[in-house]
Amino acid sequence: MNWEVVIGLEVHAQLSTASKIFSAAPTAFGAEPNSQACAVDIALPGVLPVLNRGAVERAIRFGLAVGATINSPSIFARKNYFYPDLPKGYQISQYERPVVEGGSIVIQVGDTGKTVRLTRAHLEEDAGKSLHEDFHGRTGIDLNRAGTPLLEIVSEPDMRSSAEAVAYARALHTLVTWIGICDGNMQEGSFRCDANVSVRRRGAEQYGTRREIKNLNSFRFLQQAIDYEVQWQIGELEDGRAIQQATVLFDPDTGETRMMRSKEDAHDYRYFPDPDLLPLVIDADWIERERQTLPVLPAACRERFMAQYGVTAYDASVLTSSRAIADFFESMAAGTDAKTGKLCANWVTGALSAKWNEAGHQPGAGPVSAALMRGLVDRIADGTLSGKMAKEVFEAMWAGEGDADAIIEKRGLKQISDGGEIEKIVDEVLAGNAQQVADYRAGKDKAFNSLVGQVMKATRGKANPQQVNEILRRRLTAN
Amino acid sequence: MSTNTPTLKSLSAQLAAGECSSVELAQEYINKINKLNEVLGCFVTVEPELTLAQAKAADEQRRAGQAGVLTGVPFAHKDIFCARGWRTTCGSRMLENFISPYDAHVVERCRDAGLVMLGKTNMDEFAMGSSNETSYFGKVRNPWDLERVPGGSSGGSAAAVAARLAPAATGTDTGGSIRQPAALTGICGLKPTYGLVSRYGMIAFASSLDQAGPMAHTAEDLGLLMNVMAGFDARDSTSLERPAEDYLRHLGEGVQGLRIGLPKEFFAEGLSADVARSIEAAVAEYRRLGATVVDISLPNMALSVPVYYVLAPAEASSNLSRYDGVRYGHRAAEYRDLAEMYRRSRAEGFGAEVKRRILIGTYVLSHGYYDAYYIRAQKLRRLIARDFVEAFRECDVIMGPTAPGTAFRFGEKSGDPVQMYLSDIYTIAVNLAGLPGMSIPCGFDTQGLPVGLQIIGNYFDEARMLGVAHAFQQATDWHGRVPAGAAA
Repeated sequence: MNWEVVIGLEVHAQLSTASKIFSAAPTAFGAEPNSQACAVDIALPGVLPVLNRGAVERAIRFGLAVGATINSPSIFARKNYFYPDLPKGYQISQYERPVVEGGSIVIQVGDTGKTVRLTRAHLEEDAGKSLHEDFHGRTGIDLNRAGTPLLEIVSEPDMRSSAEAVAYARALHTLVTWIGICDGNMQEGSFRCDANVSVRRRGAEQYGTRREIKNLNSFRFLQQAIDYEVQWQIGELEDGRAIQQATVLFDPDTGETRMMRSKEDAHDYRYFPDPDLLPLVIDADWIERERQTLPVLPAACRERFMAQYGVTAYDASVLTSSRAIADFFESMAAGTDAKTGKLCANWVTGALSAKWNEAGHQPGAGPVSAALMRGLVDRIADGTLSGKMAKEVFEAMWAGEGDADAIIEKRGLKQISDGGEIEKIVDEVLAGNAQQVADYRAGKDKAFNSLVGQVMKATRGKANPQQVNEILRRRLTAN
Repeated sequence: MSTNTPTLKSLSAQLAAGECSSVELAQEYINKINKLNEVLGCFVTVEPELTLAQAKAADEQRRAGQAGVLTGVPFAHKDIFCARGWRTTCGSRMLENFISPYDAHVVERCRDAGLVMLGKTNMDEFAMGSSNETSYFGKVRNPWDLERVPGGSSGGSAAAVAARLAPAATGTDTGGSIRQPAALTGICGLKPTYGLVSRYGMIAFASSLDQAGPMAHTAEDLGLLMNVMAGFDARDSTSLERPAEDYLRHLGEGVQGLRIGLPKEFFAEGLSADVARSIEAAVAEYRRLGATVVDISLPNMALSVPVYYVLAPAEASSNLSRYDGVRYGHRAAEYRDLAEMYRRSRAEGFGAEVKRRILIGTYVLSHGYYDAYYIRAQKLRRLIARDFVEAFRECDVIMGPTAPGTAFRFGEKSGDPVQMYLSDIYTIAVNLAGLPGMSIPCGFDTQGLPVGLQIIGNYFDEARMLGVAHAFQQATDWHGRVPAGAAA
């Protein structure tokens, strides 16, 4: 049976304000439980919320970055439900009129681009945490997180595979960190995804019934959870069972999703406008001020990298996967031609990224600066270093042995590109390997590689391989 | 003015003249409270040590030459205001043992002005009621007739002032909770324009309607307290940022040429004859003083009670969700699981009227009912407010009765919520419109119970309203009468 997967994502991005969205308490992660919850956060009788303008600024920046409408006024609403880590018994959120409406994001799946439409993005406060361990049958409540500002970003159901969903989540993650509204730290819960997943027979017009997978805090879990859920839903349908609307949780240990609550158990949240907060008015000047603070966005950056440095679409999207990488590449490749630009791209996306990963560095960090890398690439471009030698120099640079020129000097790594010198060595090799020469002339191509190897060995790998090839071939056909 | 009636102004003068110290004054009031509170039930909490410490500090301030107008003058707070170190119950078992770790804006302002806090006054539970009968801490008796209610929800404040257990007190008014008890106990009360007094630290009932205000014997005292209570507070997003004003500035200006609007809807069916007679006499007095009278209409006023009983419970149902027994407040002694903890804690912690309103509010906000009730009520609320805008084109102030009758007997209306709700029929529309309204004593019914005259002003017209009330009080002495209950 031919099934189509339909996915929409709701992402909660924690906004990088110093204080909470409705109080002056700090938002820093990892503090002693309940040490960062003030009277407003613990909902003492009589306290009132006051909106943090920093959260609004970040929402505006996001709206501008995705080409959305900034609504004015937008309305804060109360979402009412009881839970021990929800101190007021309601969450202040936005319902009928969110601050950001519409917009879209282009994602890259392989070499093809795809536009994912956004429904909306709204401001809301986070809840606290219930701690079920260490309390011997009781539950501890930590309200440090209560009141942390969130931007909930809701997509249209535009994704058709887990790969697209992950590409979208990554693109969004890149964007919110790129424009500096979210630190993107998924381990600390700064960027969490809920996935609405349904399947339908290919060609069907109606969407299938969806199930929502809650709280996925890594791209890997996002992919695994969707893949499992899709297979489960297809299995159910093929066995003749209908899908019931439900909220499910993903268990990373089993790799399965399990039902948390069915539609029947769904809360009636009794949304209504919060009378403690005025409608949020955002005038054109404010929007303009935020526009001024926006950096060049990843999409524009990607286009420019392709045009200016001749990098491929794929490499361009890797290079713009974070502002740190893009900035590194940019300062490394500054002022070069397309040939060197491509070399720079290869080094950043290849060896450097591997090193950063391996060492657990943020992209761009570590012992090798962009200027050092540029010094290396320039020596490759001018023929001083072969690819293999460049690897060696890079390793030495990473180990802190200085810049490329110093390492080349110290290790005597200079490539031999002097035609006369190489010819001399080639002649010596040919003279000493009569058998291989005969084999080659008898049509055994393998013998050629062996001769190249002899030349490289004789030069301790320093001969320019291209020149060696040319000269060797010329000599062998000439005589 | 009877010499039996100490006002903020007269006490301030005594202190300034050195006729007594703040400590002596506070002790005198503490003695009176000790003597009468057991019968009257005005105060939920008194802390003589805290009071005397404040008084002592005020005396020291005076000696240092830093006394303000109200430094060292005693008064009381309705138990809806959080006061640091004081038990703050809101009239509920839910908060029976809640000691506030912080000061409400109003409490802070009063403290800064040097006012000495005598205690926290009784009130209807979470300010839901018009008779003070819903308080967990027992009934408050009306000093004019101990078998009758003082009105509510600020019944403790009203009775305390009427019985001379405090020269003045704070109150809050969501649908009439300052004005109606002021009327029923023969004192003055002002509900300011919504947003003029910060709600920070004032326990919420219905956020879009709640407003704090002063209760005292004279318009002048109300003005003195308004000068302290009003003002912008960044901690309340609905607080209005306006230049400071002197609420006493129109005192003594008289009412020559004042246009008084009398809404015909205020004098229709349901108004007791005694009350009508007193109001008419008061209006006649104003005419005598130079005012003119205009007949006006507030056509949508009849809708104000039903609109209010959709919107106020809706907001309350959400505002009261925080009382879940998790972090503070009452928690049931035994429960099997979380759901039962919630259920029992709230079942035990809240009284019947609070539960009724939570149920109503939850219902009107529910999926499928929201549009029919909440949205509709919001639309009607705007119509009601527009009626006043129209009316104020023709008049400067609106006058009428504060309540349809005088103080009723305990139990007389508590079995019939709708009858109880109708006690606020003349006051609720003012909250829905966000306008300032006040009540001043203007006579007595045939049983000797006080009648209140309601004065409604345009937005931010408090100073003028106080001037209008003051003119009446210069010409009459209703506000100086002392109930027998105060002399016991």
